[in-house]
Amino acid sequence: MISVQNLTKRYDRNVAVNDISFEVGKGQIVGFLGPNGAGKTTTMRILTCFMPPTSGRASVAGYDVLDQPLEVKRRIGYLPESPPLYPEMEVHEYLAFVARLKGIPNADVSRRVAEVSERCAVADVSRKLISKLSKGYRQRVGLAQAILHNPDVLILDEPTAGLDPKQIHETRQLIRSLAGEHTIILSTHILPEVEQTCDHVIIISKGRIVAQDTVENLTSRLRGQETVLVEAAGADAEDIRGALAGLGGVTRVVHRESRNGLHSFEVESAPGQNVRASVARRIVESGWSLHELRSIAMSLEEVFLELTASEKAAGADGKDGRQ
Amino acid sequence: MRNVWTICTKELKSYFASPIAYLLLAMYATIFGFFFWNAVGYFVNISMQSTMMGRSFPMDVNEMIIRPLLMNTSVVGLFLIPLISMRLFAEEKRQGTIELLMTSPVRDLEIILGKWLAAVILYACLLGISLLNMGFLFAYGKPDWRPMLVGYLGLLLQAGGLLALGAFISTTTRNQIIAGAVTFGACLLLWVFEWVAGYETAAWATVMGYMSVVRHYEPFSKGVIDTKDAVYFLSLIFLGIFLTSRSLESLRWRA
Repeated sequence: MISVQNLTKRYDRNVAVNDISFEVGKGQIVGFLGPNGAGKTTTMRILTCFMPPTSGRASVAGYDVLDQPLEVKRRIGYLPESPPLYPEMEVHEYLAFVARLKGIPNADVSRRVAEVSERCAVADVSRKLISKLSKGYRQRVGLAQAILHNPDVLILDEPTAGLDPKQIHETRQLIRSLAGEHTIILSTHILPEVEQTCDHVIIISKGRIVAQDTVENLTSRLRGQETVLVEAAGADAEDIRGALAGLGGVTRVVHRESRNGLHSFEVESAPGQNVRASVARRIVESGWSLHELRSIAMSLEEVFLELTASEKAAGADGKDGRQ
Repeated sequence: MRNVWTICTKELKSYFASPIAYLLLAMYATIFGFFFWNAVGYFVNISMQSTMMGRSFPMDVNEMIIRPLLMNTSVVGLFLIPLISMRLFAEEKRQGTIELLMTSPVRDLEIILGKWLAAVILYACLLGISLLNMGFLFAYGKPDWRPMLVGYLGLLLQAGGLLALGAFISTTTRNQIIAGAVTFGACLLLWVFEWVAGYETAAWATVMGYMSVVRHYEPFSKGVIDTKDAVYFLSLIFLGIFLTSRSLESLRWRA
C-alpha cells in the first residue's frame, strides 16, 4: 500500500531523513517510533505530499507522491501533530468544509459528516465552536477530519500527544477500530503506545531506520535471552550460584549483590525456556529461603534505548537506570 | 471550480465570523460617510453661491461629487486592503491549517483563487455600503449612472490587484501584523510613486509614474475605460497570483 525507497530529505545542510526504505502492506497498523527530531514528521509530510523529498521515491496505493500528488492526496487521511482546525468554525461546519475539500459529492456531505461524528464521538459537540473544545475533543475532530473521505491510508502524527490517560485510551481504541479498512501509519515517541496499538514497528533515529519488524519479533529478537531475578538466603552466595548454574536451560548466573545474608542473582536462560519453576524448586529443596523470583522482561523501551544507544545523549530523555 | 468555491465560502465565513469584516464595514461606512457629507456640503455651498451671484452655470453631480468620492475611495482602499489580505495565508500558517489545505486533493491555484475571490467579495461588500450614500444622489438628482459603474469597476480592479499582491505577502510570514504592515507599505508606495512623475521627466520617473495605482485609477473615476489602465490592473492581478503560487510552491520545498 505504501512503498518508500531510499527516501532522503535535506534542509540546507541538515539531513532530516537519510536514505530510508520501507513497505507497508494493506490493512497494517505501523508504528513509527523515534525520539523527537528523528524524522518521523518529515517522512509523514513527504507521504502526504505536503513536501517533496530531496531524493528517493515514495508511493501510496501505486501513485507516486511527486508525479501524481492529487491521486495520493485523495487516498490519504492525515492528522498532523497539532490538529488543523479553524477555531472560529463550529464542528459540523468544519467537517462539512473538509468533506467538500476532500471531494465528497455535495449530496453525501451531511450524511458522511454525521457518520464520522458518530464514529469519533464528537456528535455531541457538533454545534460547538472549535475554539471552545477541550484538547481531547479537538484531537477527535482532527481524527474525524482524517477519515471523512474514507481514505485507504491514514497517517497520524502523534495522535495521543497531550491527552489525559482516559483520552489516550479512547483514542487508541478508536485507532484500533479503524484498522482493517484502513492502512494506518502512526508516529509516536511513547513506547507502550506501539506495543498496544501497532502490528509493525519501524524504529527511526537521526533520520535512519534502525529496526523494522513486528512488535513481538523485535522484542524477542533483541532480547536474545530471558532473565530471571532471584533473591535467596540461607547459604553462601557462591553455593547458591553454583546450584543455580547447574540447572538445565540456564546459560549464565550473575551474582549481583549480597546484603544482610540476602543474595540476589540474575539467571539467564535461552529464550522460550521458563526456568523459574526449576529455580524455585532447587532453592526450596536445598533448604534455602526464596525471597523473590521474577522475570526481567526486556520491554520495547529497553530495545529502543539499546538500538538508539549511539544517540543516547540526544534520545534518552533523562531516563536513568541504564549505565 | 467547486474547490475554488469551497475555499471562497469558507474564507468569507471566517471573515464574517471574526470581528474583522464588521470592523472594516464600520470603518468604511464612517470614512465614506464623512467624504460624502463633505462632498455634498461643498457642492451645496458652491451652488448657493453661484445662484446668489446670479450666474447659473450647470452644476455636474458626476464631476463634482461622484468623481472626487471615487478618487477618495481609491485612496482609502489602499489603507483597507492590507487589513483584508493580511490574514489570507499568514493565519493558515500560524494555525497549521495550511497542512490541511496542502494535503487535500486541491491544486495550489484553486486555494489561491478561492482566497483571493473571497477577499475581493469582501471588498465589494465595503463598496456596497457606499452605494447607499450614492443612492441619495439618485433620489435627489439625476447623475449619470454609467461613469459611476465604470468607477466602481475600476475600484474592484484596483482592489483585485492589490489584494493579489497582499495575498503573496501573506504567504511569506506566519504573522498577520507583519503581512499587513508590509502590504500597507507596498500599497502606499504604489500610490506615492506618482508624485515623482510630477516634477521629474527622466525615464525612471516615468516608469515609477506608470506603476502608480492612483494614476491608473483616475480615468476610471471619470468613467473612461482605457485599455492601458485595465491591462495594468489585470497584470497586477496576474502578477500577484503568480507570485503567490510560486511562494506556496517554495513553502513546500522549504517547509
